Amino acid sequence: MHELSITENILNIALDHAKKENASKVTDINIHIGQLSSIVDDSVQFYWDIIAKDTICEGARLNFSRIPGKFICLDCQKDYLMGSEPGPCPSCKSYNVRIITGQEFQLDSINIEK
Amino acid sequence: MPNEKVKILENILSANDQLAIQNRKILDQNDIFGINIMASPGAGKTSVILKTLNLLEGKARIGVIEGDTAPVTIDSDKVNALGSPAIQINTGGNCHLDSVMIESALKQLPLYELNLIIVENVGNLVCPSSFDLGTHARVLIASIPEGDDKPYKYPGMYRGVDVVILNKIDLKPYVDFNEVYFQKGIELLNPGVLIFPLSCKTEEGFSPWINWIKSRLTNNKLH
Repeated sequence: MHELSITENILNIALDHAKKENASKVTDINIHIGQLSSIVDDSVQFYWDIIAKDTICEGARLNFSRIPGKFICLDCQKDYLMGSEPGPCPSCKSYNVRIITGQEFQLDSINIEK
Repeated sequence: MPNEKVKILENILSANDQLAIQNRKILDQNDIFGINIMASPGAGKTSVILKTLNLLEGKARIGVIEGDTAPVTIDSDKVNALGSPAIQINTGGNCHLDSVMIESALKQLPLYELNLIIVENVGNLVCPSSFDLGTHARVLIASIPEGDDKPYKYPGMYRGVDVVILNKIDLKPYVDFNEVYFQKGIELLNPGVLIFPLSCKTEEGFSPWINWIKSRLTNNKLH
């Protein structure tokens, strides 16, 4: 269900910026989502088609870039990608690690026509 | 027609986050510590809150905000029965509370006489973690029967909290729950987070949790 509020937020931010740029049409919405952020693309697309209707965002493509979860090991300094679930450092098995990417939840940019 | 790219770089939930900052300001101005309690359905959110109200009686002035997806007053009735004001929010099927709902609930509570507000979020381990409400601490209640793999399956939730309560420890003899595996999962995602293992049934382990809350409260409204 929270995809509806997320989609509304995406639309509001996109319309806001499109207006500032005097756009006549928004063609693309470019979204960066980290592996640790929960969002279902299809669901956002479904709501988008409904709520963007009759706005200058109607018909805009939603482009999702998935940012993989990445950890750095504080013991051996190596970084590694998160698999399907978080795990210890594959090189030295340490749990003394920090997340460096994967939490993104950002509207990166929009493409417009004037 | 020329196509132009406009950089935005804005958090998708920035509108919620901005309002959350306002909510936190309101709490700060009123010397109130705010806690957002999240958990899956049945982990024991309401039981922990009721026990906490009991154990803090005379030591804190507490208001509770109850979030549910249906128009029920089961939880707020229980809180009222203990003499604390409670606001029930019906999210109308929505899976989480957001800062707009909290803003309106704060207007209905007697803030001048409170020093602690506990928000009981909708039972869900996914959506509530994305929405800052403006509280000072995000507390996750896990429970022994849910299983020890939850940090690995719900990393977004375990990543974003300040405190983890491990409830129902009285059930340990009956359930295969590997506490080391559970804690390692939390350590990966959220190093240094406070963990309070406790039981609402036996009250075991409640003192450290209660003392932690007390250490966060200002006491000038107690008399």
